[in-house]
Amino acid sequence: MTHWIIAPVILPALLAPTVVLAARYHIGIQRVFSVVGVLALIAVAIGLALQTADGSILLYQLGDWAAPFGIVLVGDRLSTMMVLLTAVLALCVLLYAIGSGWDDRGRHFHALFQFQLMGIMGAFLTGDLFNLFVFFEVLLIASYGLMIHAGGNERLRAGVQYVLFNLIGSTLFLFALGSIYAETGTLNMADLANRVTMIDASETVGIRVAAVLLLLVFAIKAALVPLHFWLPSSYAEAPAPVAALFAIMTKVGAYAIIRVYTLIFPPDLEVTAGLHDTWLLPAALVSLAIGMVGVLAAKRLDRLVAFSVIGSMGMVMVVISLFTETSMAAALYYIVHSTLAGAALFLIADLVRTGRGTLALEPEPPLAGAALTAGLFFAAAIAMAGLPPLSGFIGKLLVLDAAFGADQAVWIWATVLISSLISILGFARAGSVIFWKAQGMEPVETQHSQPSALSYVSVGALLALLVAHTVFAGQVHSYTGTMAAQLFASEPYVTTVVETPGKLSTPKEGY
Amino acid sequence: MELLVASAIGVLTSAGIYLMLRLRTFPVILGISLLTYAVNVFLFASGRLTVGAPPVLRDDMTVYTDPLPQALVLTAIVISFGMTAVVVMIGLGAFLGSNDDHVDDQPEGSEGQP
Repeated sequence: MTHWIIAPVILPALLAPTVVLAARYHIGIQRVFSVVGVLALIAVAIGLALQTADGSILLYQLGDWAAPFGIVLVGDRLSTMMVLLTAVLALCVLLYAIGSGWDDRGRHFHALFQFQLMGIMGAFLTGDLFNLFVFFEVLLIASYGLMIHAGGNERLRAGVQYVLFNLIGSTLFLFALGSIYAETGTLNMADLANRVTMIDASETVGIRVAAVLLLLVFAIKAALVPLHFWLPSSYAEAPAPVAALFAIMTKVGAYAIIRVYTLIFPPDLEVTAGLHDTWLLPAALVSLAIGMVGVLAAKRLDRLVAFSVIGSMGMVMVVISLFTETSMAAALYYIVHSTLAGAALFLIADLVRTGRGTLALEPEPPLAGAALTAGLFFAAAIAMAGLPPLSGFIGKLLVLDAAFGADQAVWIWATVLISSLISILGFARAGSVIFWKAQGMEPVETQHSQPSALSYVSVGALLALLVAHTVFAGQVHSYTGTMAAQLFASEPYVTTVVETPGKLSTPKEGY
Repeated sequence: MELLVASAIGVLTSAGIYLMLRLRTFPVILGISLLTYAVNVFLFASGRLTVGAPPVLRDDMTVYTDPLPQALVLTAIVISFGMTAVVVMIGLGAFLGSNDDHVDDQPEGSEGQP
C-alpha cells in the first residue's frame, strides 16, 4: 500500500496552518511556502497519474480499517487526472495572484488557498460518500473566505448569496446521504455499487429519492440550469484569481456526477432508469443555451465570462448525460479544456480591469497594455467559443461525434451549433467594444498601471497549456478513452476496494 | 415514536423552507438553522429508532442501536454550526456596509433603499 495517494490532501492541510502560524505577517515567506507546496503537489500528482496510467487502482485505507468500515481513498485514471489538472491550474492561479498583488489585499490568502486545494483534492480522491460531503465542506469553507478576500460591499453581498446557496446545497446533500444510508446501510461507494443492485424492484422509492437528491446537489455544484443562479454574481464579484480557481469547482460537481452515476447508479440500472436521458439531458441543453445567451446579453466582461462558464458546463453535462464510452471520453477532454479556458478568461478580465478600471462593455479610452491583453483575450475567446484552431473546436467536434448516434441527436446538434454561433457573437462584441472602439477615443491621463509581467506569464502559461491540449489532442483523447472504459468497467474498482484486507475484514480480529 | 420524529422533521423542514423564502438575511439564516436541525434528526433516524439500546458492542447485549448515524450527525452538527456563525458574520458585514439586508439582487436604481 503506497502512502503517496494521501499526500495531495495532507500536504496542503499541513502547509496552511504553517503559513498562518509561522508566517502571518510576512507575505514573502507565505508566497514561497505556497508556491513550493503547489510545485510539490504537481510532482505528487504526476507520480500518481503515472502509477494509475496502466489501469491499476490505488487504494489507501485510513488507519488500515477494511473498506466498508473505514474511510478509503481511491485513485484511478479519472481521479488522478483531475488531481493533476487541479495542481497545474493552482500553480498558474497562484502565480497570477502573486504577480497582480491580489494576495496582499487582504489577510490569509495563501492559507485559505491551501485549504481550498485540500478540499478539492480530497473530493477527487475519496471513495466514501460521507467523506465526499466532508471534503465538499472543506473546499466550500475555504472558498467562503477566498470569495470575500479583500472585502468591499458588493463582494460581501455576493458572498452572502454564495454562502447561503451552498448551505442549502449542503443540507440537501445530508438529506440524500441519510436516505441512502437508511436504504442500504452503507456509504462506501464500492459497497453501495454492490448493494444497490440487490434492492428489490418493488421497494425502490427511497433509493430513487436519494439518487435524485444527490443529482440535485451535484447539479448545484456544477451550476446546471435551473440551479445556476448562484454562479454569475459570485464568480463575477470574487477576486479574479479566486474566480479562476473556482473554474475547477464546477468540475468537482461534474466529477461527482460521473463517479456516482457510473459506479453506484450506472445507466443500465433499473432503479434509476430515465434519470439521465429524461431529466439530465434537457437540463444540460438548457444550461448550454442560457449560458451562451448570457454571454451575448452580459453588460460587463466578468459576467460574460461567468456565463461562458455556465455554457461550457452545459456542454460538459450534455455529453455526460449520454453515458456512453465515446461520450464520456469527449466529456473528459472537454472538462480539461473548459477548466483551462475559463480560468484564463477570468484572469484576462482582471488584466482588463487593472489597465482600465472598469469592466463595463462600453467604449473607454485605450487601456494600459492594450496590445498584449487584447491578443490574450482573442486567443482565450477563440478557445472558449470553440473556433479552430484551439482545443475548444476539437472538443466540440468530439461532442458532436459522440451525440451522432443518440436518439436526441437533432436537439443536441442544433443546440450546440446555434449556441456556438451566439457565443461567438457575444465574444466578438465584447472584444471589439473593449479593444477596438477604444482606438477612436481620446487617450486620457490615467493612474491605471500596466499589469505586471508575472501576470502575463501566468495567463500565457494557461494559454500554452490550451495549445498543448490542442496539439496533443490525439494522445489526450485516447487516454480519456481508456479512462471512460475504466469507468464503465467498474468491477476492478469495486473488488479492489471491498476485498483488500485490513482491520475488521475477518471477524474478531483486533479484539 | 416514529410519528413524533417524522412529524418533527416535517414541521422543522417546512418552517425552515418558509423562512428561507423571506429574502432578508435574518429570517433566511433562521430558516437554514431550522433546516439543519431537521436534517440532523433525519440523519439520526436513518439508522432506525431504538430506545435504551447501547451503540457499543458488548457480550451480554442482544439489542444495539446503530452508532454510525450518531457519528455522522456529530460531524454534520459541527459543520452546520460553524457555517451558521460564518454566514452571520458575512451577513452582518454586508448589512453594515450597504445598510441593506436583502438577500436577492435589487433592481438597479433602488440601491440603498431599506
